[in-house]
Amino acid sequence: MNGRRRDAAGVLSALAAVCAVALGMCAWSGRTARASVTTSRTGEKLAYASPVEMLFSPDETRLYVLCQESSQVQVLDAKSYALVKTVGVGAVPRGFSLSPKGDRLFVANSWDDTITVINTKTLEVEATWPVGAEPSSVVEDREGKHLFVANRISNDVAVLDAQTGAEEKRLAAGRGASYITASPDGSKLYVTHVYPNATPHRTSPASEITVIDTGRAVVAYRIELPFVAHGFHVAFSVDGRLGVAANMHPKNLVPLAHLEHGGAFADTLTFFGADVGKPVEVPLDELERYAVRPFGIAITSDKSRIFITCGGSEMVTVVDVPRLIRYARMHPGSSAQDLSASANYVVGHIAVGHDPRGVVLTRDGMKLLVANRLEDTISVIDTKTDRVASTIALISPKQLSVLRHGEQAFYTARYSFQGQIGCANCHIDSTFDGLQWDLEPDGFGRDIVDNRPIEAVKDTEPFKWNGGNPNLPTECGPRTEKYFWRAENYDNLTLTDLVVYVRSLPPRPNRWRLAGRELTAAQERGRALFVREVDKFGNGIPETNRCVYCHSGPKGTNQKSFDVGTKKATDNAGLLDTPQLTNIAITAPYLHDGSAPTLEQIWTVFNPQDKHGRTNDLTKDELNDLIEYLRTR
Amino acid sequence: MKTVFTVAMIVILGVANGAAGQSKSVGSGVPKNAMGIAKPLAPAMPRFRFENFTTANGLPDDHVFSVLVDGDRIWAGTENGLGLYENGKWKTFTTRDGLAHRAVLSLALDKGTGDVWAGTMGGLSRISGGRIDTFTQLNSGLSNDVVYGVSVEGENVWVATAAGACKLDLHTGQWSLFNERNTPMVEIWVYGVTATPCKVYYAVWGSGVLEYDQQKKIWDKYDDPDGETEMVLFKDQGLIHEITTSVSYVDNILWAATYFGDSRYDGRYWHNFLTKDSGLPSNFTNVVKGVDGKRAWFGTDKGLAYYDGTNWAVYRPSLVTGKPEMTVRDAKGNVSPIAVSTAPAHNYVLGIDFQGDDIWVATAKGLSHGIHQP
Repeated sequence: MNGRRRDAAGVLSALAAVCAVALGMCAWSGRTARASVTTSRTGEKLAYASPVEMLFSPDETRLYVLCQESSQVQVLDAKSYALVKTVGVGAVPRGFSLSPKGDRLFVANSWDDTITVINTKTLEVEATWPVGAEPSSVVEDREGKHLFVANRISNDVAVLDAQTGAEEKRLAAGRGASYITASPDGSKLYVTHVYPNATPHRTSPASEITVIDTGRAVVAYRIELPFVAHGFHVAFSVDGRLGVAANMHPKNLVPLAHLEHGGAFADTLTFFGADVGKPVEVPLDELERYAVRPFGIAITSDKSRIFITCGGSEMVTVVDVPRLIRYARMHPGSSAQDLSASANYVVGHIAVGHDPRGVVLTRDGMKLLVANRLEDTISVIDTKTDRVASTIALISPKQLSVLRHGEQAFYTARYSFQGQIGCANCHIDSTFDGLQWDLEPDGFGRDIVDNRPIEAVKDTEPFKWNGGNPNLPTECGPRTEKYFWRAENYDNLTLTDLVVYVRSLPPRPNRWRLAGRELTAAQERGRALFVREVDKFGNGIPETNRCVYCHSGPKGTNQKSFDVGTKKATDNAGLLDTPQLTNIAITAPYLHDGSAPTLEQIWTVFNPQDKHGRTNDLTKDELNDLIEYLRTR
Repeated sequence: MKTVFTVAMIVILGVANGAAGQSKSVGSGVPKNAMGIAKPLAPAMPRFRFENFTTANGLPDDHVFSVLVDGDRIWAGTENGLGLYENGKWKTFTTRDGLAHRAVLSLALDKGTGDVWAGTMGGLSRISGGRIDTFTQLNSGLSNDVVYGVSVEGENVWVATAAGACKLDLHTGQWSLFNERNTPMVEIWVYGVTATPCKVYYAVWGSGVLEYDQQKKIWDKYDDPDGETEMVLFKDQGLIHEITTSVSYVDNILWAATYFGDSRYDGRYWHNFLTKDSGLPSNFTNVVKGVDGKRAWFGTDKGLAYYDGTNWAVYRPSLVTGKPEMTVRDAKGNVSPIAVSTAPAHNYVLGIDFQGDDIWVATAKGLSHGIHQP
């Protein structure tokens, strides 16, 4: 084996050097409070507010702000924006909504798989209900009968009894079900997805809007979103005739070599409903001004304008609705590739803070509020002038930590050519994108690579499937700058902070492990297969062909490269870096080029010679056991 | 291919048997008393006006393996696609739409979600809100691609395949396989499954009936007590035969069909049904579906039969003339013809489902809608 084993001491030395540079640059730059990774100089934990969503109370006296990193709801006076109360919720809350009566506030806590129910009169937590894997948004039906919860990892929508929280069933959604919006009459729910549905290898990605009939609590139909890989919020006009979804439309089937030609993503909206007929996809980008990662949407009550937050571009894009409808009727289907299209309907851009997410209009339509996640502020925009009238600072640490600075660098698109993309374009919410890319450095059409997840990436170097990048500073620095950004370099401080941020990313909780971390019977049988040294015929398995040899250590990689028999005609080499196994259950597709849609196919299809571990002696139920074990990693 | 051939042969032979058996028609004469006067009226049994669907009026294929009622919608699993009858029109789903295979052997409705599960000769498909997701032995933990039976209960999908049984947990995505290594199953050719919150039953071709107790999480097995394949030595003492084709569990009563007669089991006592001592038109039974603990429908190679706990009715094209025929057999064995003008599309019955008082019947030559007549 041609291992590219890194000298551990060398890694530590490099890290120490990076940190030293970072600290030195910090002192040099004169910025305050950048003394440590997670704490300020005074030592307290820096849990930033990180606002992601906002809601007005029905009487518009209160503004509820969902704060993701501090795991709380900040309740503000809607006129003065003074803090009324802070209510603690579960880990990494991602979505919330009010009951139709306004008496309860439901919060989806994505990392502890719960729903927090807050009494809006007392502002006390009334209940905490368990739900599916990574709940990301929650909506109650008009009748107060059911609560619908989008589960990002289990790819479904849980239907709960709205009074008791008891789960009644789960509806099959698309992959990465994350955001739910009710139609104005409450009869339907529209669910969008941050990851693409499975499609045949090297074909266009596709997503969907899952439409749920709230009365029957079943999936009524699905709006297909061809070419779309990542969907975010949906909004409706008051009359319900126009629905709008925020999307990312990757261009991953062509070599990623022409960022200067608009080559990586189209940031788009999909319109549907009676006003446009069949769904129409239109771009928000302009040739030299991209609307990177559209997320939140608000439509004025007179249906004259649409406001869209664009996280990577740190701005709000303004669309003229009548002009847009005219354009959509004349250009059915998708105009995503046409960079001249947006001039027909985009009428403004409003600069806001870092990574703007949730957006809400006041009832009179005079003010638009935007939650700036990585700045802990709310931009209040005067919709007459389309200018930021004021900026509200939420209760949050004021110091800029190394991690926060690195996270800002990760999410912004300002470093890339024309501000087209940021790291978070391919690492959705700091994870993965489920896509395969053709990166230029290996040659056009060569070395198609699946995008590997980056959670718990620390200590898994080298990087790239060919193991070509020895460490994160190389991976995130020259490589990214040269081949992705084609624009300005990071300054040393920013690169260092970016690396520290990426290195700090924790694994999300594994949903297949039992609470006590013990293994089920099937998982235990699978573990025995994973570590076995003898096959079922009594023959010894060479050490290098045992699962546990390559996938060793706490993260399941020995950080070496091997030929596992998966080299394709388009690959330059067969030696591939051993990928980590962290949360492998949710990161399909698999293999270096993403050619295995499921874990099973790694062995049922792509291991005929037993080069990817000795597996062809296993029965089907034994292979299932092995997979059950892998899901616990 | 071997399995395809086997099933095709079963269908063909079944049709042939139906033709050959014409001379053994039930109800060759109306019972009369010594005065030559017809006996009192036959017991009242449900009557239907059958409307038949074939390719001529939009059905994907005339060979219909399975039928599923989903409210006002009817799903038909045919040899050449999955048909959906809605608002008076047929729509066909094929492999181009993502269906695992063109031959759809079994269907099940998830009553909670409205999703339809289709067992095919090339895997298991879920039809949900118009999207089809497919599970195969290569891309999932499914034990085998030939899926003879499927049943949904709660969050679990129970599957009967040509190489063992299995269960998919829809919450966790975990597949559990059941075969000769972890159950009392001897053969692994599993033909049918019925799942309820308390019990799950598998019809195993050559290995009787397999029972899984969901509360106790234990397996049990019911076999033909005499072990004889050609005769019944111990009637009403157990399952009638090992070649089990279909199971239905309703109101704590198990109905089991075999190619050599049928059985009812109440947890203590077995009752067997054979043509010679019941109104069953043929021992060769493809499918049984219980209405409740007392009543059941049987799909045989010689017609559709109904048992109300005492009396029998048979609905079919006459084995002699091919004309629509209905006969009623009372508890004493008296067989009475009932005048009818319609009958199921064919005598070789493979699937049954209920739509209120109506019945839908999958046959070897079309799908039939039995519209209940008052």
